[in-house]
Amino acid sequence: MHEVDMTKCLLLSMNQWKQQHAPTIPSVQQVHLQVGTFTCVEPEQLVFTWRVAVQASWLAGAELVIEAVPLVGRCLQCNATYNPSPDSAYRSPCCDHPMEEIVSGRELRIRSVEYTLPESPPASLQPSLAVAPAA
Amino acid sequence: MHMPLEDTLGLNLLAANQHQAQHNRQHFDAWRLLCLNVMSSPGAGKTSLLERSLAALAPEFAMAVLEGDMTTLLDAERLEAVGVPVVPITTGRACHLDAAMVSGGLKILRQRLDPASLDLLWVENVGNLVCPAEFEIGEHRKVALLSVTEGDDKPLKYPVMFREADCVLITKVDLLPYLPVQVERIEAHIQQVNPRCAVFQVSASSGVGLEAWHDWLRRQRAALASAAAPAVADPAVSAPEPVLVP
Repeated sequence: MHEVDMTKCLLLSMNQWKQQHAPTIPSVQQVHLQVGTFTCVEPEQLVFTWRVAVQASWLAGAELVIEAVPLVGRCLQCNATYNPSPDSAYRSPCCDHPMEEIVSGRELRIRSVEYTLPESPPASLQPSLAVAPAA
Repeated sequence: MHMPLEDTLGLNLLAANQHQAQHNRQHFDAWRLLCLNVMSSPGAGKTSLLERSLAALAPEFAMAVLEGDMTTLLDAERLEAVGVPVVPITTGRACHLDAAMVSGGLKILRQRLDPASLDLLWVENVGNLVCPAEFEIGEHRKVALLSVTEGDDKPLKYPVMFREADCVLITKVDLLPYLPVQVERIEAHIQQVNPRCAVFQVSASSGVGLEAWHDWLRRQRAALASAAAPAVADPAVSAPEPVLVP
């Protein structure tokens, strides 16, 4: 189940993104992924492992939203685009050509993050700016 | 709370692994060694092929192996017997090697030898036709094996692996007389999902086809050796992707 390792990679990227807002901790509502259908990713398993992984973290409650990107090939014989399918051995339906060029379907992309920021950072995380009165 | 915000990241889902893989590749380039990621289903003959290829190529290339396995050191021990340095990477429950595991293997290898003295580094991945296809390790070439006993439909059933491969070896061809399988159909299905990869029919038992496969390896190695040296042999500086030689 390589979705566990993929989730680990995703969490590393999310932790890096969080640093941009330090010391504020963003409240993430949704993380949007684009996942091509010509990848080894099972979206339901990725969502499941995400939910388990974030439940006790700063991302608790954040939803993983996966947009499936269809496999689209381009026939180099006639330049037409088509949806390669295992049923037709990935051939182009126009010229019977093998799957030369993949236009889309290999995406494994973190597209965007939807979040809110608190009015002010939690007191415990605010840098101390108090200046001691002059003696 | 403020209004909802949205940041566009456009990052690869596996960016963390890709970053480590790129770091590994920069080391390989600085050391001027060709790194091969050898993948297949369990039992397709990766270790048997390596035994034959290591023995055949030892007179002309300095080589080492990073040997990935979920459990046991059995494969590593087989390859050690050929006389080539082998570092086992036992993945536990993980069904593939990732770039960080390979980096860990490299650290152990560096305690035993100077990687700059090597020409070829073989990484034998965990037997699996799915997961290894998505996890780069910093390799220069991906080599996939498919044995004739697995049936001719596997390139269509596991297309990502065969699409990603630079070279596919159809193994155990000495068994063809005893099987209801047409090797031409296997080749055709590989070509359907990846018309640009090199395909060779080989048998580690009889030795058939090994010379053509080794010639392909020699061409890849020569292409790497003749490519412009990295401007700065500093792993922090990215090197250009080598051009694939057919």
